Amino acid sequence: MMIPLIPGDPAVVAAGDGASADQIAQVRAELGLELPLWTQFLNYFSGILRLDLGNSFVSGESVSTLIFNRFPYTAAIAFLSIVLILLVSVPLGMIVAVLTRSGRNKWLDVGFNFLTSLFYSIPQYVIGTLLVVVFAITLGWFPAAGAESPLSLVLPTAALMIGPSCVISRIVRRETAVVLEKDFVRTARGWRLRAFRLHSRYVLPSLITTTLTLSGLILTAQLGGAVIIETVFAWPGLGQGVVNAILQRDYPVIRGIILILGLLATAIIILVDVILAIIDPRNLGGSEHAV
Amino acid sequence: MLSRSKRGGLWTPTMLIGLTLLGALILVAIFAPIFLGTAATQLTSNAGLGPSSEHWLGTDDYGRDLLARALVSARLTLLMTAGAAAISVIGGLAIGLAIWVSPKKLREMALRVLESAVAYPPLIFALVIAAILRPGVGSALIAIGISGIPGFARITANLAASVSHSDFVVTARLLGVPSARIAFRHMLPNMAEPLLILATTVFALSLVEISALSFIGLGVQSPQFDFGRLLNDSLDSLYTQPLMAVGPSVMIALSGLSVMLIGDALAAYADPRARNVKFRQPKATGPAVLPATDDGALVRVDDLRIGIPNGPDLVKGISFSINPGEVVALVGESGSGKSLTAMTVAGLAAQDLSTRAELLRVDNMNMLSHPDPSRLAKEISIIYQDPGTTFNPSLRMGVQLTEVLRTHLGMGRAKARRVIADAMGQVNISRPAARLDQHPHELSGGMRQRAMIASAMATGPKLIVADEPTTALDVTVQHEVLRQFRRIHKQERTAMLFISHDLGVVQELCDTILVMCQGEIVERLTKDELVRRDVKHPYTRALLEAIPILDLGAGAHKEVAVLGGVN
Amino acid sequence: MNLATTGLQKPANTALDEVPLAVEVQGLNVSFGDSHVLKNVSVRVKANGVVGLVGESGSGKSTLGKTLVGINVPDSGSIRIGGLDLAGISRSERARMRREIQYIPQDPYSSLSPRRTTGQTLAEALDPVRSDPRKYKREIAEVLECVKLDAAAADKYPHEFSGGQRQRIAIARALILNPKVIIADEITSALDVSVQAEIVRLLRELRGNMDSAMLFISHNLAVTQQVCDEVVVMFQGRIVEHGPIDDVYGNPQHEYTQKLLSSLPGSPGFTLD
Repeated sequence: MMIPLIPGDPAVVAAGDGASADQIAQVRAELGLELPLWTQFLNYFSGILRLDLGNSFVSGESVSTLIFNRFPYTAAIAFLSIVLILLVSVPLGMIVAVLTRSGRNKWLDVGFNFLTSLFYSIPQYVIGTLLVVVFAITLGWFPAAGAESPLSLVLPTAALMIGPSCVISRIVRRETAVVLEKDFVRTARGWRLRAFRLHSRYVLPSLITTTLTLSGLILTAQLGGAVIIETVFAWPGLGQGVVNAILQRDYPVIRGIILILGLLATAIIILVDVILAIIDPRNLGGSEHAV
Repeated sequence: MLSRSKRGGLWTPTMLIGLTLLGALILVAIFAPIFLGTAATQLTSNAGLGPSSEHWLGTDDYGRDLLARALVSARLTLLMTAGAAAISVIGGLAIGLAIWVSPKKLREMALRVLESAVAYPPLIFALVIAAILRPGVGSALIAIGISGIPGFARITANLAASVSHSDFVVTARLLGVPSARIAFRHMLPNMAEPLLILATTVFALSLVEISALSFIGLGVQSPQFDFGRLLNDSLDSLYTQPLMAVGPSVMIALSGLSVMLIGDALAAYADPRARNVKFRQPKATGPAVLPATDDGALVRVDDLRIGIPNGPDLVKGISFSINPGEVVALVGESGSGKSLTAMTVAGLAAQDLSTRAELLRVDNMNMLSHPDPSRLAKEISIIYQDPGTTFNPSLRMGVQLTEVLRTHLGMGRAKARRVIADAMGQVNISRPAARLDQHPHELSGGMRQRAMIASAMATGPKLIVADEPTTALDVTVQHEVLRQFRRIHKQERTAMLFISHDLGVVQELCDTILVMCQGEIVERLTKDELVRRDVKHPYTRALLEAIPILDLGAGAHKEVAVLGGVN
Repeated sequence: MNLATTGLQKPANTALDEVPLAVEVQGLNVSFGDSHVLKNVSVRVKANGVVGLVGESGSGKSTLGKTLVGINVPDSGSIRIGGLDLAGISRSERARMRREIQYIPQDPYSSLSPRRTTGQTLAEALDPVRSDPRKYKREIAEVLECVKLDAAAADKYPHEFSGGQRQRIAIARALILNPKVIIADEITSALDVSVQAEIVRLLRELRGNMDSAMLFISHNLAVTQQVCDEVVVMFQGRIVEHGPIDDVYGNPQHEYTQKLLSSLPGSPGFTLD
């Protein structure tokens, strides 16, 4: 868990540009910046335990309240997009792998690679912007910004999920191709099972471990993506909050939101590890990444 | 390392398109500011115009040509991206290699730190750094560059770990080669390809992230502009001038795409599975209808040819038969075609090869058409060579061993488990019921092989095809497994097609021995003939001579020929 | 016995008629975590001797080989190479000592660095730091001749050779330093029967001509008999029998050795009923 220390003199910032020396000194005293560093740290940590993260320099409201209000919005699009990504990518990747093994259907191979590269190269916020232009402005099916109705969820989530779906379906496809060559798949073929049973019962379980592990990292990156997307859609989540805070040098807010985002990322990774451990007990005890 | 000739070509369409795109972008980056610089930056009064012949994409709020701005911004963007990517790659490489070279405790700690660093979303990491430093070109570059280091470092460390376990690195260490030299001489060259491919992904990612930073206002600041900044500008006018977003969007997409395509092409080139030959649909041709069975043979193979489509044959026209209850051995070295033949007889022909024969039947099933899968599963059972990889490691033994009984014989789970547990008892597996709930790695190799035999027998097959079933086993374990085969043969009179390169094993178990060499049957022997060493073909003779004979000395009974090969 | 601490000379007070042992292991214990893999193992290999080390999986034969070479660290026990105790020597001597004991791994397809020529690989053995084949042309040509490979092989890359040829190069790499002992870890097990026979022929020839002792680890009893003079039988981490190979095979004393021999198809006592 990373709690970044933001150096630089917060008092200067808090007092605002163009403040006089006296004003700066006053702000400094107010914020307790006169105290030695480790005391400040302790104060901050004890604050965390009390769920008191300080107050915004800009608005004065409690940071924890701010986070509390904004968190559900970010969580909504982040987790929704994660679920949709997995539901789309895994079957897609598997099907493409099966259809293109040993060089069959070369057109599908090339097309799949090209399309996934293309959509991955287009940044999420660009896709978001384009979606707004097409579906909100031109066609008017969905709202362009804000979070008034459930329909508002659609475009931001769609923007968030397209890029990662491309990456994960490529990963799934590559892993499936590897698994299909394995001996135990040949054994299962020897049992003359129908294609669906073979792939769902004997190929899929072996994919899950590697796919989840790699996907876990991509999924935490989703938090970063959510931050940017919220700017496009004026979505009132943590992302918009932290961007505004950085632009306004609102340090308590920055610290608080970064902390929460870090916790969220860690939570996702732990969740992925737990799921992996449940599925395959061999994952317990010792990382496969041992050097 | 695969020889170069076996890989696909490097200059595939994907690679060419990628390189062309990238080349075009670089040219734009170099020349656009020179020729279009004025159009892009000069404030004019032609504000907010729509597309026209003079301004293809129109102008922005300050009268600057949009297309020009999009093209000119390429230089800054690409330079920043290259810088950030370089930081990530070089930093990651250095740290990854340093981790490998470090003493063990430091290494483990560093890896743990790395794992947590990687887990942290890179963009947020970059935001933090950008917040510390003042927003601008430099900070964006450094921020994105540093945020990419943990990911690349971890991949480098993992790659280094797996390469460091290769025998040639172990040997180099034993020879006393200093660690640094090992890293540069042995490890880096063998890591180069995957790392290069990853570097292209890093480039594409850095591009996106730098633009993202600029997009939210933390990267490039006015009056400078890059792709992200332009997109930010376009946001305000989205409703009135949607075309403003087109220029930068297309530029970002094309830049990322070009690099990804190059990465894809490199990956395809490096993939050992990529084949030079285009896939051609393999054919399976044979008689449409089986001629009336004229002999009592269980299996008849007539002029079987298996080969690469439009390429050479690997099995060149062999014929043989197996009578009910007979044990026939196919013996040969690697490349003889014995495994291909056996698998084709079993109905598991290689999916990429063409199969042709005058006749290929097991019982009354025409193996070249599409026999009923249930009949195949019930009447033909297959036992494979490597018990370590035969079973799916993620699933329990019970599920796998009972699969055929449940799917094709329609048995319920409880009944199928009982039947298999019984069969496992017969092959001397201890605590069979408990074994069913274990995973494959919890059983020993010999036990897994015997479990495979038990499940193979449970359906009462007419034919067992065994592909080198004891080759991977210890001598004493092999003894036990061979005993099981003998028992099956005696009690059930099941016919068997037994593949092996070990004439000693074959001599004990088999009635007929077919010696294969490079796709042809060069000799047919009965058990007696083999025992008496009554062989005619020079290859068989050479094979017998190559096998070391165990000489047990004067104190032991020496049979006419004593074979002790244990491969 | 007072060991000289300088250089690798024979200990000062060796009896004149005593042939120094290439390898002397006493009471060696090795564990990996909870698993006690080598249990109080003691073995001796005479200078120039060719000793087979046989056993099944879990016997510890490979672990013993790797411990001698230094890949594994023993918990207790002593190892002497050429009379010199590995435990009591300085760091610089340890480096020189490493060159007295060479290792040939099993897999010919991964034991040679793919992007280095044969010459570079062999030169690396002689000079780990600079490994310039041009300095050692003569030695490289000589050792390639010993393993029946053309001198032109020095300029080729591993992928241009067959498995058997690669194994020869690995053997050459072990030979070029003229070590006190070579550990051959299942070097014929990954090869086809006919290729295996060639390597066995080569080893039999080298046996007479080289100064090095060899410890030949294998699970194949017959091949071991062709290559070695003596044999050591291991079972579950212990040595259960050792002696001249014909004696042990013809008249096995230990129960396990008897079981092992009678499990071989074709040997007396082998039965499937």
